[in-house]
Amino acid sequence: MGFILISLIILIGITSYFLGNLRAKNLRTSNQKNLKSLSHYYGYYVALWAVVPALLILLMITSFKSFFIEQYVLSDFIALGSYTETELSLLFTQIENTAMGIKLFDENTILIDGAVNKLNYINKTSENLTYVTVLGLSGLLVLYSIFNINHKLNSRKIVEKFLLVLYFTCSLVAIMTTVGIIFSLLYETLRFFSQVPITDFLFGLNWSPQRVFVREAGDLDTRDLANAFGAVPLFAGTFLIALIAMCVSVPVGLLTAIYMSEYASPKVRDWAKPIIEILAGIPTVVYGFFAALTVAPLVRDIGQGAGLTVSSESALAAGFVMGIMIIPFISSLSDDVIKSVPQSLREGSYAMGATKRETIVKVLLPAALPGIVGSFLLAVSRAIGETMIVVMAAGLNAKLTANPLDAATTITTQIVVILIGDQEFDSPKTQSAFALGLTLFVVTLALNFIALQVVKKYTERYD
Amino acid sequence: MTDRIEQRINSLNKRLNSEKRFRIYCIGAMSFALAWVLILFLNIFSSGYSAFYRTVIQVDVPFLNLIEDTTQFSEMSSEDINNLSMYSFSKKAIYRLFPDIEEKKDKKMLIRLFSIEFEQEIREFLKSNKSNINETETIYLTASDDVDQVNKGNYPRDLDEDKRRIKDIQLLFFDDLVDRGLVSYEFNLPFLMRGDSREPELAGVGGSIVGSLFTILVVLILSFPIGIFAAIYLEEFAPKNKVTDFIEININNLAAVPSIVFGLLGLGIILNTFGLPRSTPLVGGIVLSLMTLPTIIIATRASLRAVPPSIREGALAVGATKMQAVMHHVVPVAMPGALTGTIIGLAQALGETAPLLLIGMVAFVVDVPQTPLDASASLPVQVYLWSESAERGYVEKTSATIMMLLGFLILMNLAAVLIRRKFETKW
Repeated sequence: MGFILISLIILIGITSYFLGNLRAKNLRTSNQKNLKSLSHYYGYYVALWAVVPALLILLMITSFKSFFIEQYVLSDFIALGSYTETELSLLFTQIENTAMGIKLFDENTILIDGAVNKLNYINKTSENLTYVTVLGLSGLLVLYSIFNINHKLNSRKIVEKFLLVLYFTCSLVAIMTTVGIIFSLLYETLRFFSQVPITDFLFGLNWSPQRVFVREAGDLDTRDLANAFGAVPLFAGTFLIALIAMCVSVPVGLLTAIYMSEYASPKVRDWAKPIIEILAGIPTVVYGFFAALTVAPLVRDIGQGAGLTVSSESALAAGFVMGIMIIPFISSLSDDVIKSVPQSLREGSYAMGATKRETIVKVLLPAALPGIVGSFLLAVSRAIGETMIVVMAAGLNAKLTANPLDAATTITTQIVVILIGDQEFDSPKTQSAFALGLTLFVVTLALNFIALQVVKKYTERYD
Repeated sequence: MTDRIEQRINSLNKRLNSEKRFRIYCIGAMSFALAWVLILFLNIFSSGYSAFYRTVIQVDVPFLNLIEDTTQFSEMSSEDINNLSMYSFSKKAIYRLFPDIEEKKDKKMLIRLFSIEFEQEIREFLKSNKSNINETETIYLTASDDVDQVNKGNYPRDLDEDKRRIKDIQLLFFDDLVDRGLVSYEFNLPFLMRGDSREPELAGVGGSIVGSLFTILVVLILSFPIGIFAAIYLEEFAPKNKVTDFIEININNLAAVPSIVFGLLGLGIILNTFGLPRSTPLVGGIVLSLMTLPTIIIATRASLRAVPPSIREGALAVGATKMQAVMHHVVPVAMPGALTGTIIGLAQALGETAPLLLIGMVAFVVDVPQTPLDASASLPVQVYLWSESAERGYVEKTSATIMMLLGFLILMNLAAVLIRRKFETKW
């Protein structure tokens, strides 16, 4: 129904544009007096009155409708007073299902039947009511605004003001997103820390949130609950995998950048650079699949050939593939930075008789260092926040290990493992995922901030 | 004297050698990176291309055994055909391939050469050809995943029997059918059209393609106008003050936030506070829009900035208002850049998986979604889901899904490049 209604509103909007336009033209010819704006601005003016309030009302109705419907339908049950909040919402779902013809239960039949009838009735009525309200409002405002057009009204100013407010609101979306992220993470995290001490989370060595269910079923003491949420193994695993990734991507990325900027002919550059950047455009789930199905077995076979015990979900495989994914981040950024070192430094070095390598290592790299370090930091933050590769190729059980051939798990993996599928929202297990998310958010933000500061502060200006 | 010269020459040689070595390291590093692009693509393509065709087995179905006169079918409605009991009839049609086998166990094995929907397939054939059914019709039935994989050579035949999913007797049947020329390939249209399934030979990406399309559509509808309006405001109208600075810092930070955090936002706010329906492309699209907004805003701002001030000033000089100058003269010129940025942002959103996992777009959905409010998967999520399955058939399906995903991404990026090439103006 929303689709039809919105189409109708848009149709009214288009018609009212022409009406407003026409009215303005008529005024102009009949009245001799000139209008303050061009005719089509009056069209926009009427169309805005027709569309914007109607859409806002529609938005309000749709967001509050379900709440009121639920209250109305359940009023008999609420009057009984013997149901808790969760039971009521469960009941409502059951009533909804019954209304759709799925018979689920047979107790309380009279009350339920009454509620089902009420639901059907209110659904029908509310739909009609919405149509009447929204379209009626739209129509009234069209009439109002058409008759409001006179030679004193400067519709251009109003329309431009509206556009400006619209643009400003759009630019606020970024702030609202950040606020939304921080709010949702903090809210759940604080609830989590009200049950599990923050020190246990940050310094505990044991991560096994599954145990919480055991606690609820059996009767272990709270100490055990605290013991289930020690995130150190996750931090260690994340660090280990990111370290492996950096071990792959830093040398490869940096040397590639050097080759691109100093050695490669323009022709090679034009070909090779976009091809390497393909690596950054491939979805991470593809890398995950590649890591889990090709690289991990390969690593295991090689390791076993060398007489080592290698887990089939080794940190090495996940880290290696992640490293490949990160190469272009480092190579592109470093390439730009190295290229931006002024030519005079290169030529000065050559003039002293230095070879190309010596020029690069002793002159260019030190000059470009802040930018290069910045690119490393950005790459690290990327590696820490990467999810799909580790979900698919790294381990799922938290174990404190520094052995790259062992399975290690990461923050992002645990968030996915905890939150995938159905979750109940009041358990510390679910909330712990948000605590992990907040940690991740803070760490990546800090890394990016530091990276920017390093670049800003230590970049020498050559002019 | 000669000593010193020799020393110099030695040291020079050393320096030149290390120069050579360094150069080789650099080339090595670049080749390493390039090689992995190649390996990745080859790996995916070599294991994925075979999913685009499938094994079918030709079976003669004696419809005369089902009904006295086959012309009667033409008078039946689809409903009537659905009500026909065809299971044992279909089985008997398959047994006719090997009339000699008597044992129940062997018969069961023979049936298992076919996908479990063989009865349904015969029924569908009947429905679509009901007006001219002959006494016996030749129907191509889908082979089971095991047979399909053996036929394509993806599955080792020389393992011990108890380690194999396909049994010796089935291989005997299969080889005999091959010798009789009854086994053939056809283009795997069902793979492109159908939804997910627990049986690899019946699973398709149709559902997730539609899911991805809906998701991207939502992203486009939301993030394109919002992103462009925000960029216009920040670049053209925003006064230089604290609020503007704050917005800018925010946008740059959001671009660096890991995608999974947006999933947490979607779960915490959009699902639990606003109560939008789980697992739907609508919610997925909203989350991904928030994620792609910074990309679009940054790209659009860059292209707005590249518009020379003379255009603005020219418009203002002939009496346009600020808004008119921007909307009629600056924005149209900057549009190709904004479009390019949007397409790249959409490509990012198309490949994104992690946030979708958290908002429940990992549901097992058999039906192809009809609206953005139906539960569905998306292409990358489908890759994740299938890669967790053990059956050999899913490996090729996963690779094929990746091929399609990469295909879409390449198309989108090509479009972006073409738009940039065609409309880019150098001032």
